[in-house]
Amino acid sequence: MTSPPIVLRLSGITKRFGPLVANDSISLTLHKGEVLALLGENGAGKTTLMNILFGHYVADEGSIEAFGQPLPPGSPRAALAAGIGMVHQHFTLADNLSVLDNIAVGTESLWRPRSDRAAAKAKLLDLARRFGLEVRPDTLVGDLSVGERQRAEILKALYRDARVLILDEPTAVLTPQESASLFDTLRRLTADGLAVVFISHKMNEVFAASDTVAVLRGGRLVATRRTAETDREELAELMVGRALKPPTPAPLEPGEPVLTLSGVTVASGHGRPLLDGVDLTVRRRQIVGIAGVSGNGQTALAELVSGLIHPDSGTMALKGEAIGNAEPAEMVRRGVARIPEDRHAAGLVGAMAVWENLIAERYHDPAFQRFGLIRRGAARAYAEEVIEAFDVRCPGPDARTQLLSGGNMQKLILGRTLAHGPDLILASQPTRGLDVGAVSYVHGRLLEARAAGAGVLLISEDLDEILALADGITVAHHGRLTPVLPHGRVSVRQLGLLMAGHWEILPEIVDAA
Amino acid sequence: MRLEPREHTPLAARLLAPVAAVVAALALCALLVAWTGAPVLRAYGLLLEGAAGSRFALTETLTRATPLILTGLAAAVAFRAKLWNIGAEGQLYMGALAAVVLGGGMLDLPAWLLLPTVMIAGAAAGGATLLGPAVLKVRFGVDEVVTTLLLNFIVLLLVSMLLEGALKDPMGMGWPQSAPVVEAAELPKLVERTRLHTGLLVALGLSALLWLIDTRTIWGYENRAVGANPRAAAFAGMPVTRVMLRTALLSGGLAGLAGVIEVCGLKGYLTLDLSPGFGYSGIVVAMLAQLHPVGVVGAAVFIAGIFVGADAMSRAMPVPNYIADVLVATSLLCMLVAGLLTRYRLRRG
Repeated sequence: MTSPPIVLRLSGITKRFGPLVANDSISLTLHKGEVLALLGENGAGKTTLMNILFGHYVADEGSIEAFGQPLPPGSPRAALAAGIGMVHQHFTLADNLSVLDNIAVGTESLWRPRSDRAAAKAKLLDLARRFGLEVRPDTLVGDLSVGERQRAEILKALYRDARVLILDEPTAVLTPQESASLFDTLRRLTADGLAVVFISHKMNEVFAASDTVAVLRGGRLVATRRTAETDREELAELMVGRALKPPTPAPLEPGEPVLTLSGVTVASGHGRPLLDGVDLTVRRRQIVGIAGVSGNGQTALAELVSGLIHPDSGTMALKGEAIGNAEPAEMVRRGVARIPEDRHAAGLVGAMAVWENLIAERYHDPAFQRFGLIRRGAARAYAEEVIEAFDVRCPGPDARTQLLSGGNMQKLILGRTLAHGPDLILASQPTRGLDVGAVSYVHGRLLEARAAGAGVLLISEDLDEILALADGITVAHHGRLTPVLPHGRVSVRQLGLLMAGHWEILPEIVDAA
Repeated sequence: MRLEPREHTPLAARLLAPVAAVVAALALCALLVAWTGAPVLRAYGLLLEGAAGSRFALTETLTRATPLILTGLAAAVAFRAKLWNIGAEGQLYMGALAAVVLGGGMLDLPAWLLLPTVMIAGAAAGGATLLGPAVLKVRFGVDEVVTTLLLNFIVLLLVSMLLEGALKDPMGMGWPQSAPVVEAAELPKLVERTRLHTGLLVALGLSALLWLIDTRTIWGYENRAVGANPRAAAFAGMPVTRVMLRTALLSGGLAGLAGVIEVCGLKGYLTLDLSPGFGYSGIVVAMLAQLHPVGVVGAAVFIAGIFVGADAMSRAMPVPNYIADVLVATSLLCMLVAGLLTRYRLRRG
């Protein structure tokens, strides 16, 4: 049997960002009809490589050939013309345009007075039918679910006659069921002769969808395997560079409640409330995990416990004490450690020094100010202690915070909030975008705080993270929360159904538990 | 060509950027000077001489720089908090109004008491003028660029109305001008037989004070955090709204003080041409200084020198003194490019 023709050849791609080598002479080939999984931890260089391929970045060394022709670097237009389509992790659709307009925009000549919408629509519907990508062409993108938006993105690439499709972490925003349907689509595409590269750091997806898997670690291509000829253990070791030891939280007896929400509703100003009659209790020595597809109320819940927004009805209590409309400073004073979802935008002031960020939640403390004058010496000394205790890798307390890596920024936030023995920890997406070492550090610290008597509210879109850490799991859907289900009594399949809103299965889970 | 962010901006680059911008602006404007047929080097030589070539020139430049330091600080303070105060011109006139009302004989106080009273009142008037737009911004998200800019015209019309009516000087021979402030409300001269007055010391002192507040106090700490990342500041528990309103009072107050000092130090009474656009020039001053309170002093002296020097030059050569406006505007544009280049580097391909 002759192997199918090569559609894409990357040779010796190297890309440096300052001192960091994001891609180190990577060579890859992709064949017609093949699904290649690009597997690697966050920061391994997967997205950089695909951005070079699609022309967002220019490689320092190396070349790319598409369908036998050299691909000019740095030009997404050339990549599109060569038949390469990319579906980004963060969708690039305009909310205020219809699906059809989003897909057709940019394909028409500027000089044509009128676009031929009927032909465009026919082409779109034909593609949708052929590949089982059900869409509503005239609906506004803003009204679509995440899964539908992704289908629209894929159709956008197909509409431009893509023969190679790149998907960057396509399942990050999908329920397990939606992921399965995506993989089904991928099979139809390859049957039609397309080639697909999908980027992932999740093992089970690699086995569910790929023919070949390429493993990246620290910017290098460490191995390429036929998916059928490898197994999880081998891939995990290749990916991480050492055998993985998942954290094994020792079971602890939960103590008294530290956070109690009763019937909390937060209105959104239009349509469905952000939180809809939420009841939740987090106890000492307990990690409660909130699972759910993003946009189902997790952000509002995090903002509520951070003190940024307040309930429109219902009550919130900390350590049994009802609190009214507490502001962030009040929440800190009451012993809530808050790890924000977006450490760049909400956690840290990048333009300020490390020490200035470390005292940001308690600069009124007499330890750090006298008569309104900052005690810079004391603040720096304190910062040195925290940097040491939380292993923050930085040149010193005076370093500008935006120069730190994501992992070290997160350690900075952990140091700022956990150094004071909190009663409740709100951890919102605490490991998003971190490398494997930083992830295990964060997990270790959360488990440590739990053993020391803190209650932890863990909000994560990464189901594996919740399964690894949580004592109890609740699922968020449309602003509502299921009762807390004890870990071990609920299967991944059941969680997936709950995430998709099939709450009718709740009684059977609760009865079994 | 593409821009890549720099990980680190060396201090030398930050200091060099305004110098490079000014040199580039002078080079560009040389083309315009050459167009008039005047010899470029001699023109710039006369400009420099007119700005700093004699005791008289130097004191004139510093006199001109005094209000520019204050409006420059007003812009710098506001812009650092991302409060785009374009209304320093109007705030300046409100301060001046307060000065001629209170200092025009209404209060009978000794100089040591009257002067501070008038200054505080003028600053309060300027601050109050910006407070309105700031409240609208934090409460309802109203764009303060529009509101502060349009308030300038409202204030000017108000001043015009008062100068034709209630505040019109009965001894003014019909000119639309206010009665002069009493002697106790006049700022003492700094150098005898020149126009330079002690308002310069007030401006320099405020520049130093603002720098100390910025770096040494929790006020300044909050201001910097809110300016750089209001979301993170709010998350950490800082009173973002209060910081914004505080900044508005401070910024408007500084502009109002500029008006008081122009009236009490230089003009003595209020007319509609008290300020040749000091409020707007303050924006250029602040940008050239990269919003640094101490840098504002240098930038203000530079811009004042351009205006004063261009006047002198235009008397000796067929180059109109409008060249000063062009030079200042070009400097601002060059500074924006230079600032970009300190934060990003250009890469080919």
